[in-house]
Amino acid sequence: MALLQISEPGEAPAPHAWKRAIGIDLGTTNSLVATVRHGLAVVLPDNEGRPLVPSIVRYGKEGVTTGYDAMAKQASDPQNTIVSVKRLMGRGLSDLDDDRRFPYRFVDAPGMVRIATRSGVKSPVEISADILRALRARAESSLGGAIDGAVVTVPAYFDDAQRQATKDAAKLAGLPILRLLNEPTAAAIAYGLDNASEGVYAVYDLGGGTFDISILRLSRGVFEVLATNGDAALGGDDFDHRVFCWLIEAAKLPPLSPSDARLLLVKAREAKENLSDHDDAIVAATLSDGSKVSVTLTRATFTEITANLVNKAMQPVKRALRDAKMAPEDVKGVVLVGGATRMPQIRRAVGAFFGQPPLTNLNPDEVVALGAAIQANKLAGNRERNDDWLLLDVIPLSLGLETMGGLTEKIVARNSTIPVSRAQEFTTYKDGQTAMAIHVVQGERERVSDCRSLARFELRGIPPMVAGAARIRVAFDVDADGLLEVSAREQTTGVQAAITVKPSYGLSDTEIARMLKESFAHAADDMQARALGEAQVEADRIVDATRTALAADGELVDAGERATIDAALADLAAKRAGDDHLALRAAVETLNRVTSEFAGRRMDRNVSRALTGKRIDALSE
Amino acid sequence: MLDFSRNHFDLFGLPMRYGVDPAALDAAYRALQTEVHPDRFAGANDADKRLALQASARVNEAYRALKDPVQRAQYLLSLNGVDAVGETDTQLPLDFLERQLERREEASEALADADERTLSSLRQAVLADAREIEDRLARELDGGGDYVSARPLVRELTFLAKLADDIDGMAGSLD
Repeated sequence: MALLQISEPGEAPAPHAWKRAIGIDLGTTNSLVATVRHGLAVVLPDNEGRPLVPSIVRYGKEGVTTGYDAMAKQASDPQNTIVSVKRLMGRGLSDLDDDRRFPYRFVDAPGMVRIATRSGVKSPVEISADILRALRARAESSLGGAIDGAVVTVPAYFDDAQRQATKDAAKLAGLPILRLLNEPTAAAIAYGLDNASEGVYAVYDLGGGTFDISILRLSRGVFEVLATNGDAALGGDDFDHRVFCWLIEAAKLPPLSPSDARLLLVKAREAKENLSDHDDAIVAATLSDGSKVSVTLTRATFTEITANLVNKAMQPVKRALRDAKMAPEDVKGVVLVGGATRMPQIRRAVGAFFGQPPLTNLNPDEVVALGAAIQANKLAGNRERNDDWLLLDVIPLSLGLETMGGLTEKIVARNSTIPVSRAQEFTTYKDGQTAMAIHVVQGERERVSDCRSLARFELRGIPPMVAGAARIRVAFDVDADGLLEVSAREQTTGVQAAITVKPSYGLSDTEIARMLKESFAHAADDMQARALGEAQVEADRIVDATRTALAADGELVDAGERATIDAALADLAAKRAGDDHLALRAAVETLNRVTSEFAGRRMDRNVSRALTGKRIDALSE
Repeated sequence: MLDFSRNHFDLFGLPMRYGVDPAALDAAYRALQTEVHPDRFAGANDADKRLALQASARVNEAYRALKDPVQRAQYLLSLNGVDAVGETDTQLPLDFLERQLERREEASEALADADERTLSSLRQAVLADAREIEDRLARELDGGGDYVSARPLVRELTFLAKLADDIDGMAGSLD
């Protein structure tokens, strides 16, 4: 029951109700996990005090390794050491503009590309899940127990396929996921709460493989995303690659083996990082045939060979401002996020465009994870001072349907505030047509072939009618994670032919179930104990919530209803003492059911209170 | 939970009129979202999560419709049984149409010349005309005027808003 969340401020839950909540920044190059401790968001480091986990997974002879351990082997075993897997999430082989850049053995598969490794063929979801498992283990050992809730961040410009893939990876890693959160929004939360900011802010987030720009209005505790734009395949990696190509040319190198290529890419990245603080960097490496490479890259050359990448990132900035109906001078501050924003040429370009130096008083590597931790802490129900804020985010790309002639009909426009539900009616074009193919697409282009195909399904059982007489209502529902559900229904005849699709992009539910089973089999998790533990947490939560609600609004239930609720509470208490998690779940469900009308009445009362009571005064000028 | 049968104005506790105080609308929107947003129900059961999702989407839809002057005009008319943008009877005054077609041509030429400044000033001119209509609508509708005779104005407003968007799109393609 949903009553805990609407308890009045000050009614702090009992200490045992404290939840282990974490925020995860699943990055292209590095990942982090953070939590809120004593009211302060902190990144959880490893035993050696290192905050970052390199987003690298190695499928070695001795098993799976991640992070720095995997990183150490990347040049010696490049085909089984997967880096930058985030760039492959929700992507087919044909989506990769240059798959030769990756030294992997790709396997084409419907929906999403796979990689052949020593441990078998892996999907990007499974590889990401391995990174998430490492983060989960770190968090569990640091917080001393199972995680109750996690927020995982995604680039704001990720489309539905990429978001769904990320959520699947979190599930596969056994993380109880509370929300997908857009990375620039997470940064804005961390920055905005820390600085009590008010006004319009831009978050410029150039990560290892993705670029986002978000324009937000911060006003009295509301974080409202006005517009977002970006490039889901532009990041620090691309700068490395430019340096790599320049190296090959400057040192006149012949075609390289995968190991040598990876070695030079690593050297290219080091050179790039050095150039943030120095005027030149020496690239020195010994290749597998014993030959030596040594060249000097100056900052001026580096700036020159990457100028078009910097320009490429300015286009989305202009578009986001246009969509937000803002000019550069309306922006009060520009927050830089992502390690790649350490490059001086980026800072210069951003500063010149907005006419002010960007804000750099925060760690661009950590701010996203910190924001995610703050959001996770709030969603999990841990009360803090200062948590009376609201986040209103948007979808980055328009959602629509294919209509006759291969054209797109947009149903939900980009930058619509989520959650959003919108429906449109369509009709048949042939007499007696009894089925209709529904093709769901995402993107801004007019032609379907230029947009991303999300899902196809058929509505069958339309009663035969003359062309144009049937009325088929197609409804699009986007939830607070930015994930889409589509349903279709024929309206005129009362015949209920409806179907709901949840696009899963090449990973079917059964496939995910199989992976889950495998991962449970591999890990020696005691599933029974885990399920019981989870059910007990849930039971305690709902009992708490119900008691609080009855204490606050008990007059909203009549005597008969009260007796039913009390009986359900007593039954739940009995099951809570046992060790049958299924019985306990059933008792929780029963209590949920018998309190749902009460919950509805409470919600209605709260809504009227919100409009007539003191809250509105507090919120208006 | 949320009473889904209430109209957008009722939902936000605002008077049913064309002139809307943006600050009051924003404040009511935020107050409602604070109550119903799915973020408040992250730990709830599936049924309540679903309810919150629907309520929050409904509040977003209502806000969008009232915030935008064109949609607000269409909505207010439709509440009073007048369909402003139906496919029957889509006539607009000839001189109005001529003026807008001229502007559209000018915009196309400016686009071909990559002349961002002309596009911007054309759009400003269109928006100025739109604001004039909005002011007239507020005076007439909120001053007791009838909804049927407001139809031509609302159609002109809709047309201008579309034109301004198109010109904005042209400018966007130059970025």
